[in-house]
Formats: sequence, C-alpha cells, structure tokens
Amino acid sequence: MPMDWILGLLGGLLIGTGGAVYLLFNGRIMGASGIIGGLVDGSGRDTAAERISFLAAVFLLPLVLTPLFGRVDTHLTSNFVVIAIAGLLVGVGTRFANGCTSGHGVCGISRLSLRGIVATVFYILAGGLTVALFREILGVI
Amino acid sequence: MRNLFAFLAGGLFGTGLYVSGMTDTSKVQGWLDVFGAWDPTLAFVMGGAMIPMAIAWLIVERAKAPVAGGSFPAKPSPKLGRNLILGSTLFGMGWGLAGLCPGPAIASLSYNGLGGVVFVIAMGLGMLATPALRSRLDRAVPAE
Repeated sequence: MPMDWILGLLGGLLIGTGGAVYLLFNGRIMGASGIIGGLVDGSGRDTAAERISFLAAVFLLPLVLTPLFGRVDTHLTSNFVVIAIAGLLVGVGTRFANGCTSGHGVCGISRLSLRGIVATVFYILAGGLTVALFREILGVI
Repeated sequence: MRNLFAFLAGGLFGTGLYVSGMTDTSKVQGWLDVFGAWDPTLAFVMGGAMIPMAIAWLIVERAKAPVAGGSFPAKPSPKLGRNLILGSTLFGMGWGLAGLCPGPAIASLSYNGLGGVVFVIAMGLGMLATPALRSRLDRAVPAE
C-alpha cells in the first residue's frame, strides 16, 4: 500500500511538472478535456498542432514505458454498456463544466480558483455517490 | 517550439499518469469508494501534482509572458454558474462508473483493450454533442 502512495506522489509530481511546462512555456492550462474537446468540436482549430503534440505524447509515453516496466492492469469493466454511458457522461460533463481532473483539479485548485475547487467538490461527490450506489448497493460495477 | 513544449508537457503528464497508477480504474474507483475498500492513492497524486503547479502559478505572477510567446491565462472567474455544477456532476458520475477521466483514458489507450477505445469514442461523441446540448438548455432554461 505505502509503495502505491509513494508512486502516486512521484507520478503526481511528474503530472504537475507537465502542467508547469505547459503553463510557463506555452501559456496554457493543461486540462485534458479542454485539449481534446477543442479538437473534437473545432473550437481549438488555431492551436490544433500543439494540442495534437500534447495528446500524442500522453498516448506514446505509456506505450513506450509498458514493455520496460511491465503492463499496468487497468481493471476496466468488460461491460461495454457501462463503458459507453460513462464515456458519454465524461465527454458531456467535462465540456459543460469546461474542465476535468487535470484542468479544474490540478491546475485550478493550485491557483485557488473557486471554480476549480467547486467543480472538484462536485465531481468527487457525484463520483462517490455513483460508486456507492452502483458498487456497494446494486453491485453492478 | 510550441509543439515541442506541448510534447514535453504531454510526455510528463502521460508518464506521471502511468507511474502514479491513475490509469488503473480500480485505484480511481477505490478513491471514490468511501463505503467500501477506500484507496487514498489519488490524494497523493493530486497533492504531488499541486506542488509544481502552485510554484508555476507563483512564477506566472512575476513573469511577463510565456517562454514561447503569447500571454498567460486570464485570472480565474469567480462566477460558478449552472454549467459548472451540472457538468461536474455528470462528469463525476461517468468517472465513478468506469474509473476513467480524459487524461488517463488517452494515456491507457495502448493497453486498455477494446473497452478503452470504446470509452474514448463515447467521450469524443459526448464532447461533440455538447455545444448543441448547451444551447438547447440555454434556450429552455436561460442561465441568469
């Protein structure tokens, strides 16, 4: 268990360093949903190249690291209905809220943004209630 | 240069997600599962990520402009609004159901099987549908 916490802290430092690089060099907030969403709905057309560069690296680094350090078991459910509903909710929700765990959570809270703090409280509460209902009560996830 | 810095930032982000175990949906759902086997790992990840970010925001206050040009993001708005609350709630529900959020969904795409691909496609469709959904909601229930 404590090993997971140390790796969590180490990984968190890397994530935060990535956010710091994106902010200090490119002047942009490292929010995954905003970076993806701007490409999907065309609102980020002017900055498409840096968005694609960012996402390519997010995809490629774990791909390169897995053979070296062993595959991470993702424990993703095999229920495709649940996966599809979850994906739709994450897509719609993050775009309505204009941010997700990285944008509102990491980048927002670290600048004491009220929006970031409130968003994080709501998505953690909603996530906690969802897991309580579907795992602890209904036992379907 | 902007693309190179973006690639560097994305590489750090992807490596961090991989190292921290945040592409493991059981760790995310474990963090949310306060009535079950609670797993605090996510708090260490968030806490760790805040440290360099908080330092970066302090530098932003003193620096004139980003290294690659342009300008820094505007000061955060104090306005909360319906879309923030509604969106965060919907996002939290999806996050709890599958244990994936946008960053880890991309980071784990190469080893998350067909389910990981389905999630990213569904997420993209949701994002694509949002501008239309938002204007429909604004027409039905105007936001202040």
